[in-house]
Amino acid sequence: MSVADDAIRCDACPVLCYIRPGRTGSCDRYANAGGQLVRLDPHIVLERAVSRGETLVPFLEKAREWDGTLVSGQETFVTAIGAGTTYPDYKPAPFIISSEVAGVDMVTVVTEGIFSYCGVKVKIDTDRHLGAECSTVRMQGEAVGHVTTNEYGSQMLSLGGVRHLTGGSRHEGTATCDTLLHLCNRKAVELKIDDGATVVVQAEKAPVVDGVQEERMRVGCGSATIGMFAKQWFGKVDEVVVVDDHITGVLSEHQAGKLLGVPESGIKLKGRRSTPGRYFRVAEPGTSWGGTNIDDPLSILGPFDREVARPGLRLLMVSTTGEHHAYFELDEQLHPEQKELPAPLCKSVERIRENCEPALCSVLFIGGAGGSLRAGVTENPVELTHSVRNALTRVTCGGAPVYVWPGGGITIMADVSRMPENAFGYVPTPALVAPIEFTLKLSDYATLGGYMDHVRPLGSIKRDEESHRRLAARPDNPWPLAAEK
Amino acid sequence: MNCGETNCAEMKGRAQIRMLSDGRRLHMQDGPIDVIVHAFGERREIELAYRAAARRFVGVLDELCSELGYLRQPACESGPLPSGMVARRMVAAVRPYAADTFITPMAAVAGSVAEEILESMMSIAKPSRAYVNDGGDIALHLSPGEKFVVGMVERPDQASLFGTTTILSRDSIRGIATSGWRGRSFSLGIADAVTVLADTAAMADAAATVVANAVDLPGHPKVERIQACQLTPDSDLGERMVTQAVGELSHDEIFAALEAGIRMAERLRGSRLIHAAALNLQGQTRVVGAGCSPLMVSSMPDRRLVNA
Repeated sequence: MSVADDAIRCDACPVLCYIRPGRTGSCDRYANAGGQLVRLDPHIVLERAVSRGETLVPFLEKAREWDGTLVSGQETFVTAIGAGTTYPDYKPAPFIISSEVAGVDMVTVVTEGIFSYCGVKVKIDTDRHLGAECSTVRMQGEAVGHVTTNEYGSQMLSLGGVRHLTGGSRHEGTATCDTLLHLCNRKAVELKIDDGATVVVQAEKAPVVDGVQEERMRVGCGSATIGMFAKQWFGKVDEVVVVDDHITGVLSEHQAGKLLGVPESGIKLKGRRSTPGRYFRVAEPGTSWGGTNIDDPLSILGPFDREVARPGLRLLMVSTTGEHHAYFELDEQLHPEQKELPAPLCKSVERIRENCEPALCSVLFIGGAGGSLRAGVTENPVELTHSVRNALTRVTCGGAPVYVWPGGGITIMADVSRMPENAFGYVPTPALVAPIEFTLKLSDYATLGGYMDHVRPLGSIKRDEESHRRLAARPDNPWPLAAEK
Repeated sequence: MNCGETNCAEMKGRAQIRMLSDGRRLHMQDGPIDVIVHAFGERREIELAYRAAARRFVGVLDELCSELGYLRQPACESGPLPSGMVARRMVAAVRPYAADTFITPMAAVAGSVAEEILESMMSIAKPSRAYVNDGGDIALHLSPGEKFVVGMVERPDQASLFGTTTILSRDSIRGIATSGWRGRSFSLGIADAVTVLADTAAMADAAATVVANAVDLPGHPKVERIQACQLTPDSDLGERMVTQAVGELSHDEIFAALEAGIRMAERLRGSRLIHAAALNLQGQTRVVGAGCSPLMVSSMPDRRLVNA
């Protein structure tokens, strides 16, 4: 028997099953739904926990057997994770669920969107230089994104997007899809930046830069560090340099030192002076002291001014995380001579460390639901866009809150760490499959041309227990069905 | 962890390896392989065992798939062996049946994977006891004096225990497998579940398939069958008719179908291919080999009555 045209080959694993429509592969995890390969993990239903997410509301405790009316469903929210999708687009979404919330009939349209226009924004808490802005970011050699503008104490990557997913070679598309899938499912991915570092990124975990795990995010820029700790250093040391690739701070020249009456030390810094006590570009960017490329802190100093400096002057050099530090005293020739860090200064370096937050990677999914996905919600797709824009329709991703970008379309951003585990899937197109739910008043749904015939009560989902996985809702996420404040 | 090949399961992030929420059992999944490992004994030994299991697991699916074409062909009594260790276990387990019946090495795939993982654990660790459960096909390790109590299901798609069996270290049973048309793989027979105890997990897996196929009412109108390839184009069962649904059978029909399975199971027991088997069809259970070995199948009388 030959393989009929309507069977598809699943490439999720090397078994490479041929799957007929309506059937699953040998793993029971992937299926052929109308010619599309879809993931079939259990459909996730969020349960609003009684207290702090520790205990679940028993699934059927409140819900009597469904008697054909709308049940009170405030405790249960049906996510799109595992809901599947419909194809072609004009078919109603797989689940259009009604429930009554505070006396108002609400409806949630639940679908797994296939996103070709999507990506992730990755924030990596480190001052270490990972690569120049606009440098290509690669996964297994394929371009999957680029380094974008730094944010406070963090390096930023912009990965995915339609150009990498579908605009390049097949390998590039697959590697990009893999990268997005893993990052969105909170798995670790190793990324190599052209002319830069190799970094292992995983949501909610510390980044690993060139094999070294980043411990801390900086306490502030070099100048801010001077401002924060000047008082604690005063009297215990004569000069402090906080080495930072962006803004290196010098205590005696800084306003904070001046106000305390720290005398001039005769120190000379390389780089470009911005304002008193604040220097730009004292070295090149790198993965060492304060995100510079230096291993010897003295290399950013010129000779001390013989008119001002004096033998015995005490100098502390420290990075913005306290990770690197060195203590010097000037000898008779005014050369800095490295000495053991005196105990009181030890304490101040420790204080810098203590004030650093743990370095983490965070991953925001960004995707555009402005296209065909809307047709599964309403016969009049632009009405959904208007409804979202007018805040009549709330959008959630696996029950997690989203930020809806202003402007046209429905472009959303969501923190993947606030979604249930493994909320994302993919199709070999390649494109990412992401859960998306639209919640609105039943009356508004009718107005925007919703599929009223397909609205089914929450109770009908609850009864079909076996195919659903019930999770406690995260207490830090707003309840998707809760009325707006 | 590192891996040499660029395309291996772990690089692709395909294999999922994690501890279950009880903090005691290891769960590993890659494509269709889904394994739960539980080792008992000293903490250090358990950790060693889990590490070994995870290391071995990562390459297993790729290894199998590289010889999938061969493994989907009917087994022959002799001939060249495949190169992978798991594949070799599969072939060895099905060869005893090759002369008399249609069988492919795929009939023993789950048990062989379980056995291979268990062996990798035992090669470097010394847990007091351990099991590797690959979707119901289970490889066991028991140190002297240890035992396992195993629950048995009436239907693989439901968590309804019909009895338990105790396996002692002095029994030479180290493999348990369950097969039936309601399970994940196709069956040529109509048994809801056939559970087999054998020397090894691969042997149990192959035997459970053969006995479940034998529980049958050929040509019966209440049994709905379809060519395997109609459902799954690349099934190793090709155009053979696999069971899709079984209507409610009369007492005599159930008896006749089970009897056919019993005869097969007795034959396998005579050839020392299995130790014991429990056969289930529509609420009726028959057991082969329970009286002669120290194992005990205790059915639950209350449940029997409810079903009667």
